Amino acid sequence: MAEISTRAEPRAKPQSADGLATFAVWSAVFIVMAIFVWIIGDLIWHGIGNLSWSFLVESSKNAGRAGGIGPIIISTLLILGVCLGVALPLGVGTAMLLAEFTSAENFFSRLVRRSLDVLAGVPSIVFGLFGNAFFCIYLGMGFSILSGGLTLACMVLPILIRSTEEGFRSTPEAYRLGAAALGMTRIKTFLHLLLPAATPGLVVGLVLGIGRALAETAALIFTSGYVDRLPTSVFDSGRSLSVHIYDLSMNVSGGEPNAYATALVLVGLLLIINWTASWITERWLHRRLTTS
Amino acid sequence: MKDFFALQNSVFERQGNNSHSYRVPSYQSMIDFQMKRAQPEFPDSAKPIIRTEALHLYYGEKPAFKNISLSIKNNGITALIGPSGCGKTSFISCLNRLTDLLPHCRLEGSIFLDSTDIHALGTDVIALRRRVGMIFQKPNPFPLSIRKNIELPLREHGVRQRAACEEIVEMVLKDVGLWLEVKDRLNASALALSGGQQQRLCIARALALKPDVILFDEPCSALDPISSGVVEDLIAGLRSRFTVVIVTHNLAQARRIADDVALFWMQNGAGRLIEFGSCQQIFEAPAHELTAAYVNGIRG
Repeated sequence: MAEISTRAEPRAKPQSADGLATFAVWSAVFIVMAIFVWIIGDLIWHGIGNLSWSFLVESSKNAGRAGGIGPIIISTLLILGVCLGVALPLGVGTAMLLAEFTSAENFFSRLVRRSLDVLAGVPSIVFGLFGNAFFCIYLGMGFSILSGGLTLACMVLPILIRSTEEGFRSTPEAYRLGAAALGMTRIKTFLHLLLPAATPGLVVGLVLGIGRALAETAALIFTSGYVDRLPTSVFDSGRSLSVHIYDLSMNVSGGEPNAYATALVLVGLLLIINWTASWITERWLHRRLTTS
Repeated sequence: MKDFFALQNSVFERQGNNSHSYRVPSYQSMIDFQMKRAQPEFPDSAKPIIRTEALHLYYGEKPAFKNISLSIKNNGITALIGPSGCGKTSFISCLNRLTDLLPHCRLEGSIFLDSTDIHALGTDVIALRRRVGMIFQKPNPFPLSIRKNIELPLREHGVRQRAACEEIVEMVLKDVGLWLEVKDRLNASALALSGGQQQRLCIARALALKPDVILFDEPCSALDPISSGVVEDLIAGLRSRFTVVIVTHNLAQARRIADDVALFWMQNGAGRLIEFGSCQQIFEAPAHELTAAYVNGIRG
């Protein structure tokens, strides 16, 4: 009898430990899900009532307590457009240089990589001050969508470059050797084989970058300003959605309902942009690469 | 299983008969016109097409091989044999200057292709690699469709008309016995092919550029026995149309297909050429004791 129980004991222990681990993992998942659902639920609960077509297209009245956010959506999209228009070509170019034309242990590329990692961790308020000093004052762009977009581009670049570089580095060496052995030039190999193969990495960086750019408040208050009129060009000041939310909830009494509705629009915009980006890439990749 | 093998063989033989169509005059003149290629002198099989003189290769300070001088006959099959790590792959990588891609790689000595030194300054590496194709140990088709795998390098070398491309794709796929297997799915991914089919596609891709020399780096070692046999027959079929240099660990394979055989061996930390001679001489009357020991399976 005693023999049997000693034999059974070591089996019982791992089972209970297993159960505990399973419970811990599931609780963690549940907590994360709950937080997400809570935030979204809260936004929808408070915001959906104010959301209407006229809210999306009208301009704001009475400091944002009434009216809509039409001009603010336009400003946000313009800022994002400037940011990506500058960051994408610069980012892909730098990633290409780092991954394809310098070796991993090269002094110069190590320096660039280290600087980017530091830049990625710099608080956004510092970028805001830099953008204000450099773009607004030194380059004389003033409070404008252009300065805001350029400041955001500086913020997004490190993320974009590092994830694109990883994308390039993870492409098989066999493509490079095979293409070289067929007498293909490096640039053609890059365009036809490596760039399409690295695009998933680029999209990850892009999605993270867009997220960071759309969420940005601190850097934009100093650079693109908070004028809520419809901008006539990128040299006008323009208020972004996140700045609008900040202003409504902190500076305008009675602005909360519209702040909620704006937050809902911001989250929706983020989702739409990210889905569109992945969809377009997938379509494009399918045309360029045939992997299955 | 037997049926499958018979089918494979019959398909291959039928395709094999067609293979001479690759050099039909109209095709040749068309390609030469489109690719604006200098015509090489008329092939003379007695004359070596590639000659290396006192070739040394170093990776950083570490020598890969030292003092290799050998001549590779035009339109013959030259097999490089020897144990792993004795510089055979490094040696053939020098012949199309793929060593340029490796950092800290240094070459001494000279390599002549038709009496021009290909490691001299100002060599057109792109044109060189078009003349000297290479097939790797692991099949490396691009993640593109079967058709695009062949068309991409062709377009790179100036064949742009759709009809010309299609004609070449069909020719080379017939040449490697892949046409009947893939003609209905040319737009499907090359990565969906089996290992042996992928390797044959890679050979077709190299053939499409009409090279003079094709380097094979253990082309069969990643394949199953049946595919390996198919690829070996294919390489044997290239004799007298192309100059083939093949690295192989399979002595029986070298004996079956090679005209000339070179034995490499690691000595004092660097690869050396131990013996170079005709296939018959190396296997039946080796002059060096290492060669005798290696081909008889005593060492290596």
